Amino acid sequence: MLNTVYQLKRPRQFDITFKPMSIDCDHIIVRPTHLSICHADQRYYQGLRPQRILSEKLPMALIHEGIGKVVYDPTDTFKIDSKVVMIPNIPMESCNHIAENYLRSSKFRGSSFDGFLQEYVSLEPSRVVSLPMDINDNVATFTEIVSVGYHAISRFEKFSHEVKNTIGVWGDGNLGYITSLLLKKMYPNSKIYVFGVNRLKLNDFTFADETFLVGSIPKGLNVDHAFECVGGGASEDAINQIIDCISPEGTISLMGVSENNVPINTRMVLEKGLRIFGSSRSGRTDFINLIELYRNCPDILLYLENIVGSVITVRSIKDIVFAFETDIHSMIGKTIMVWNK
Amino acid sequence: MSKNIFGVILAGGNGSRMGNVEKPKQFMELGDKPILIHTIEKFILNNSFECIIVLVPHQWIKHTQDIISKYITIKTDSIFVIEGGSSRNETIMQSIKFIEEKYSLDDDTIIVTHDSVRPFVTHRIIEENISYTKLNDACDTVIPATDTIVESCDGEIISSIPNRSSMYQGQTPQSFKAKKLRKLYLSLTEQEKSILTDACKIMVLKGERVHLVSGEVYNIKITYPYDLTMARAILEEFH
Repeated sequence: MLNTVYQLKRPRQFDITFKPMSIDCDHIIVRPTHLSICHADQRYYQGLRPQRILSEKLPMALIHEGIGKVVYDPTDTFKIDSKVVMIPNIPMESCNHIAENYLRSSKFRGSSFDGFLQEYVSLEPSRVVSLPMDINDNVATFTEIVSVGYHAISRFEKFSHEVKNTIGVWGDGNLGYITSLLLKKMYPNSKIYVFGVNRLKLNDFTFADETFLVGSIPKGLNVDHAFECVGGGASEDAINQIIDCISPEGTISLMGVSENNVPINTRMVLEKGLRIFGSSRSGRTDFINLIELYRNCPDILLYLENIVGSVITVRSIKDIVFAFETDIHSMIGKTIMVWNK
Repeated sequence: MSKNIFGVILAGGNGSRMGNVEKPKQFMELGDKPILIHTIEKFILNNSFECIIVLVPHQWIKHTQDIISKYITIKTDSIFVIEGGSSRNETIMQSIKFIEEKYSLDDDTIIVTHDSVRPFVTHRIIEENISYTKLNDACDTVIPATDTIVESCDGEIISSIPNRSSMYQGQTPQSFKAKKLRKLYLSLTEQEKSILTDACKIMVLKGERVHLVSGEVYNIKITYPYDLTMARAILEEFH
């Protein structure tokens, strides 16, 4: 079959191409129904990645967050038309001590090769996870980014000491919202503090115990552990503020992506004996466990509805561009593309 | 319960417009498969269809069955290859007769008719054909005309130049409530039948509403050798 693929050819320019797709015995074919835009997509779309990277990777279909319906399943694992979430990470090998999303050989949709901006997506069965049919489509669309938060918290559980009275989350964007919400649900006895730069945005973190503007943190406030969900040019200030606020032997989970190296106060990291660890992307287990968490704590889905931003029906390339441009100008919230292309 | 929606793939062309090529154009290879196979696969992946009926000239029935067996491994029991008719519309009538005999035909039975040589048809176009036909009895896939259309009745002097903004170029699929289409077709005079260039015109001649579905510029019909070159060029492997 000739599958229609919508590739970013150069920054701000999408182009249509066709790629042969096999209808074979090994792959499930999913028709994407809802896709959401991530900062990583925007970095390609706006040309913010280094020129060398852009030349290497483009043309490429963007988008690694999305759901769809199964149209063909030779393995009989899924019912036809059932609702599924697609996992963008593609491991090429397995390893007992390195998670699939950290294996250097793994590929990632919308980064190593074509993402979900396609007419149909062909996936190995392990890259497809069932969703409850009654789940809110717009919220389900960005399951991937929520699974990234879930993954980081799972690692935090492994790496951190048992005292978790206060956990700080730096970042008032989507990832900060998701991570602090999951922390509140997974550690109901801990106080969750959120640190941001925009009071209006922080006001939406109604589930958090406290929110603080980073410019006016009360003297003496400290946290046992911290998550950095800032990224970009502000990473340096955020990480160094965490180092100042965190108690000795605390863990710092780095989740924000920065194009440039970030200078941090290593002297204080040593003096406090801090554990800093990075988390990126997620794997199948995280998706499965997260969906189980959704079942057990359905109010998470209600909170996540608050970060559904613009919902744009896409029937043409012009609509794709409109969705990306709208996303650039949104203060917070995930831009959802209802995929009808 | 029957889905009551049928894919009808019109593969009746004999390739006379393809120059010196030996096979009808629908059997020529595009990428690693015959064009017809690519087209059938697009229909297979849409689960709205009860079955897919492929209509070909008598002498190409076995060949078509063979290539379907060779390239398609799923839903093969819901793909039927039957002989087409003497014209495009007679071929469509054959498909309706087949549905009536093998399944059942009622007022809601829908046929989505498609040129076998338009392999770039998309999921959206097929879906919209189905949904608009449910509402309107018939629909036609079109794209806005980009060239100005000039009409000349004698082939020498311009008779009129219609306003381009209301002109569209027809593509396929064209979809219909099958029973109604047949009834209207059978009510046409021979003279009316002689001026039919496509099935939607049956509906239009009888004053029926035909809804427009937006096509795609790349949903091209591979008619001439140039089209095949173009189709190969837009496949990524030839980029």
